[in-house]
Amino acid sequence: MELHLSLTKRFPSFSLALDQRLQGDRIGVFGPSGSGKSTLVNLLAGLERPDAGRIVLDGEPLFDSAGGINLPPEKRRIAIVFQNAHLFPHLSVRDNLLYGWKRTPEALRGIGLESVVEALRLEELLQRGVTNLSGGEKQRVALGRALLANPRLLLMDEPLSALDDTLRFQIIPYLKSVSERFRIPYLYISHSLVEMRLLTEQVLAISRGDATAPLPPEELALQRMGTSQVGFINLLRLAEPVRSDGLLLYRWGDVTLQLTGEPNGTSETLYELSSRDIILCRQHPAAISARNLLPCRVARIIPAGRKVGVALDLGDRELVAEVVADAATELAIEPGAPLYAVIKASAFRRLG
Amino acid sequence: MITLAPADYTAIGLSIKIAVTAVGISLPFGFAVAYLVTFTRFRGKVLLEAVVNLPLTLPPVVIGYLLLLLLGRNGWLGRLLDGLGIRIIFTWKAAVIACAVVGFPLMVRAIRIGMEAIDLRLIQASRTLGAPWYDTLASVILPLSRRGVIAGSSLMFARSLGEFGATIIVAGNIPGVTQTIPLAIYDYVASPGGEPMAAALCLVSITISLAVLILHERLSRRDRGVA
Repeated sequence: MELHLSLTKRFPSFSLALDQRLQGDRIGVFGPSGSGKSTLVNLLAGLERPDAGRIVLDGEPLFDSAGGINLPPEKRRIAIVFQNAHLFPHLSVRDNLLYGWKRTPEALRGIGLESVVEALRLEELLQRGVTNLSGGEKQRVALGRALLANPRLLLMDEPLSALDDTLRFQIIPYLKSVSERFRIPYLYISHSLVEMRLLTEQVLAISRGDATAPLPPEELALQRMGTSQVGFINLLRLAEPVRSDGLLLYRWGDVTLQLTGEPNGTSETLYELSSRDIILCRQHPAAISARNLLPCRVARIIPAGRKVGVALDLGDRELVAEVVADAATELAIEPGAPLYAVIKASAFRRLG
Repeated sequence: MITLAPADYTAIGLSIKIAVTAVGISLPFGFAVAYLVTFTRFRGKVLLEAVVNLPLTLPPVVIGYLLLLLLGRNGWLGRLLDGLGIRIIFTWKAAVIACAVVGFPLMVRAIRIGMEAIDLRLIQASRTLGAPWYDTLASVILPLSRRGVIAGSSLMFARSLGEFGATIIVAGNIPGVTQTIPLAIYDYVASPGGEPMAAALCLVSITISLAVLILHERLSRRDRGVA
């Protein structure tokens, strides 16, 4: 998918001005609320009209103020998955799913009901009304409804923000696998960096109607480490835990991690670890209450405002820690320096 | 026991016929105006709203008189219809027009309230799923404003049953032709010894109104069950 945006839109409180060329099938749009993300969704879908400029999707102009082109929403074939599912309350799940499909020209109906029902596990919901579905079920139906319209592009406008954490991480695999399976590129709009890192390849960061050039989500997360409330979130995929003395032992690359908590079966589980929960030591501490003591080397130093981000090389894995500038000087942190990373067993938080 | 004269049955039948026709004729226009006012932006919208709501603030007698001027022999619309051989004034059709005009703002208001309750995102979802505006109108807005339509129709029906001032001026008070329940009651009350007959018709009037209210409740409750 190639999307060329060059547009301006003025509002009483701010104005949006973008000039971007986005390439890829999984693109993120990141920004705090009020930054213009939702406006961008409306402009792309044709629900709002830019003041001036061009929107070109895969070579076809959807909007061109100079050429007098402004395709109506139903001609753009861009479907939206909203934050709150917004299913049609007067239709059954089945009729909701088929709403867009029925309005798609036969030649373009590549995706059919059966495959979507199977991929999103909707069999049991089909005959039900939409008002008594749970939040996660509603969002799955909304995703199915959007897919069945056989769109060229899927706009996901904070699709997980209304769900609790557990549900969020249950739905993420669906979002990703479904778009891959049906080959529909998406634009993923969110204010969650973790979602960006799990779901997108390139991210456009918008703030106050302005955007920087797209960059990989990991880089964006590193850049924002200094200003973020939670530091940099290390994401660890851990599988096949061994129980030992009330702790969970996970093999992670060359090291073994000790975690508290209950395992999520033996399947792969996603854990988060904040860069602020990693303590760095120059020497091996003789006795320490923290359960994880990992020898490592400094891979890189990442500027992070008044703090210093330290990428740690643990053999074939990497963690990012964060220390204040003074500590970095005292520890003589420089690329290649040997260190010990100390992490409490309770610092890991299971996602999903 | 209540006894009704044959003329009373005619008045009851005529009242219902006029009210049903007025609702039937107004419904598409009421729906269209409510749609325009709720979902579109255009020049002169304020003017349209004002004109639609005017009958709500004007005395029905004034509306009747204005209709008489418009539809009468010398009115421009009346002359036009006269040329086509259509006579409106002092027929039951005039009563229908009077009821429709007087009840129109009530109907538009009720439908509009129903439409304003529709989540705009549902309409946007339908558009992005490939529905042109008229398709969205039929497949999303119409079914979701059903309650407003039911409320508007029963309001107008009830208002039409009670219409007096405008009707008596444009349709007159001709027994068997344009005499509806309120006009018949008026006649009974005005003539000596007519009170028992007037009371009987009042009772009929109350019964019909209650029936409409109950039907309306039933319909909207069933609707809530669906939604």
